[in-house]
Amino acid sequence: MPRLIDSRYTPLIAVALIALLLPLIFPSPYYYRIGALVFIFALAVIGLNLLMGFAGQVSLGHAGFLGIGAYAVAVGPTHLGLPSWFCIFAGAGASALVAYAVGQPILRLKGHYLAVATLGFGIVISIVLTNEAGWTGGPDGMSVQRLVLFGWPMHGSKIWYWIGAGTLLVGVALALNLIDSPSGRALQAIHDSEVAAQVLGVRVARKKLSVFVISAVYASVAGSYLALLNGHVTPDLAGFMRSIELVAMVVLGGMGSVFGSLVGAAVLVVLPQALTSFHDYEHMMLGLIVMGFMILLRRGIVPALGAALTGRAL
Amino acid sequence: MRRIHQLVAAAGIGLLALTGAGQEATAQVKVGAVLSVTGPASFLGDPEKKTLEMYVDAINAKGGVNGQKVQLVIYDDGGDANAARTFATRLVEEDKVVAMVGGTTTGATLAMIPVFEEAQIPFISLAGAIQIIQPVRKWVFKTPHTDKMACEKIFADLKARKMTTIAMISGTDAFGKSMRDQCVGVAPSSGITIAHEETYGPRDSDMTPQLTNIRNKAGVQAVVNPGFGQGPAIVTRNYRQLGITVPLYQSHGVASKQFIDLAGPAAEGVRLPAAALLVADKLPDSDRQKKVVVDYSRIYREKTGQQVSTFGGHAYDGLMILVEAMQRAKSADKVKVRDEIEKTKGYVGTGGIVTMSPTDHMGLDLSAFRMLEIKKGDWTLLN
Repeated sequence: MPRLIDSRYTPLIAVALIALLLPLIFPSPYYYRIGALVFIFALAVIGLNLLMGFAGQVSLGHAGFLGIGAYAVAVGPTHLGLPSWFCIFAGAGASALVAYAVGQPILRLKGHYLAVATLGFGIVISIVLTNEAGWTGGPDGMSVQRLVLFGWPMHGSKIWYWIGAGTLLVGVALALNLIDSPSGRALQAIHDSEVAAQVLGVRVARKKLSVFVISAVYASVAGSYLALLNGHVTPDLAGFMRSIELVAMVVLGGMGSVFGSLVGAAVLVVLPQALTSFHDYEHMMLGLIVMGFMILLRRGIVPALGAALTGRAL
Repeated sequence: MRRIHQLVAAAGIGLLALTGAGQEATAQVKVGAVLSVTGPASFLGDPEKKTLEMYVDAINAKGGVNGQKVQLVIYDDGGDANAARTFATRLVEEDKVVAMVGGTTTGATLAMIPVFEEAQIPFISLAGAIQIIQPVRKWVFKTPHTDKMACEKIFADLKARKMTTIAMISGTDAFGKSMRDQCVGVAPSSGITIAHEETYGPRDSDMTPQLTNIRNKAGVQAVVNPGFGQGPAIVTRNYRQLGITVPLYQSHGVASKQFIDLAGPAAEGVRLPAAALLVADKLPDSDRQKKVVVDYSRIYREKTGQQVSTFGGHAYDGLMILVEAMQRAKSADKVKVRDEIEKTKGYVGTGGIVTMSPTDHMGLDLSAFRMLEIKKGDWTLLN
């Protein structure tokens, strides 16, 4: 047992097992869609968790990167005739560039100022997507061409369940690698005390910037997948509420826990579906449950449960 | 560690099982609806939901359709197209609905269309944009009139007043944008020249600069303002403040009492196209729609205690077109129902008189709109 816990790849094995075993209990393709959504959101949440949980920086505009990724696979094939798979990478590249450019000045800010600046960034992206109607179709959105890989159209919830699961595994592996590297430890040092980290020779501004860029790429890929899964994109994907949802997933699952990112995404994707039977009280129930989690499991679901069950941090 | 996994897995299974709960296996006709009951589009989705619930109850009280009770399954997408898509999948895969009435916004509708097309389930949308039915999709219909028709109605009125050169000031929100594009599109074929164009943001509080530009433009005979919400009211006030004398046309987007209240005396003389539902009491008795719109307004007011809106009317029309199609088909078979929806002929609804065809899945013509003029703080029906 203890050796298993110490293994840095435990979350990776857990995610792989969950992805493989869940379809055994899926009664219909609708569940594959829910599963695909959980994996895709988890991908974005892991990226954001690297930024929030490890580097200790808040981003309230992360849905902006979801939007960039989503519209890359929508606009690229439709207006420029580029292949969809290429646009996933192009979108990720564009997100990285934007994050790099925006991050330079923004990450110098701290606390509330940083939060407000990222908030502004997210809103700007959402306004651009809404207003540049010639390219994006405006508030009604635009349709997305299907991804075709090696002559096979990637179509339907089942395929995207497996693509989402596969990419999530890669995302988890990369994140775990980063956390366990000198960079990861430097990030945690920043999280605990920026001044102390600086004194120890950590180049704080550069580390923050690089993790911001990485988290933007995660979100962008998730956005592209979401667009390809749905076949249609609308600007609300990049809206403020979506950014908040991502932050909520991070906090709920547990800041600084990669596996927590998956749990946070799962809870916030599945709960609204599970609560529809409450009809008019749906939103109240959702709020109560999330509040309950935050009050009882203050450190987030995975870290708190991990501590409770094993007597030590996960 | 293993215990954690077990716990998480159990929680996951429990939640998934919950989603499947609450289904009854009775011989009912299941009709689905995904509406934006909450969120930014709730002013559309809320009356739609109330209308559907109200009338499904009424239909069931009378014995249902073809002897079967109608079971309505409503999900709230909160104005999120991604959520709408998920609920659409759920209606098809889990609830196994035979037809769908809903899709409050154009974005949500377009996101859901592939789901229903693939499953071959008739889908009657309640959203405005023309892209929903153009190109014609075999399984997709809609009840609200399009923005294009509003433009044509305004242009027809302009022609009748012998005006051909106009300026346009439009909002950049979804509604204003879509209608502006449609107006620009149909202007040439209607014989209208748009000499100048201005825009404003949905939250702008002063449109004087844009209107000054329009005033300074020579040869403008009228101004058209496609827009929604408070923007058009501000345009109307600024318009009078600047002393512009050429006629001002507003769109069906502001066809509510609230607009007159916001614009105040400045609204005097403003013309706009609107659905018959808004002027139910003022329609002449000879009007074919009179009975339907008066009844619907009265029942909606009695049951909900709220003023009637055209959006709820769209839901009423969608449900009734579906129910009549089921009655004609004498079954709830998806293919037969779809064919019968397409054969809808002379259905008198709140939105107009609907005659569909294989090339027209909306079935409304310009008579669906009435031209109104605001006089003494109230609507008056023209012609």
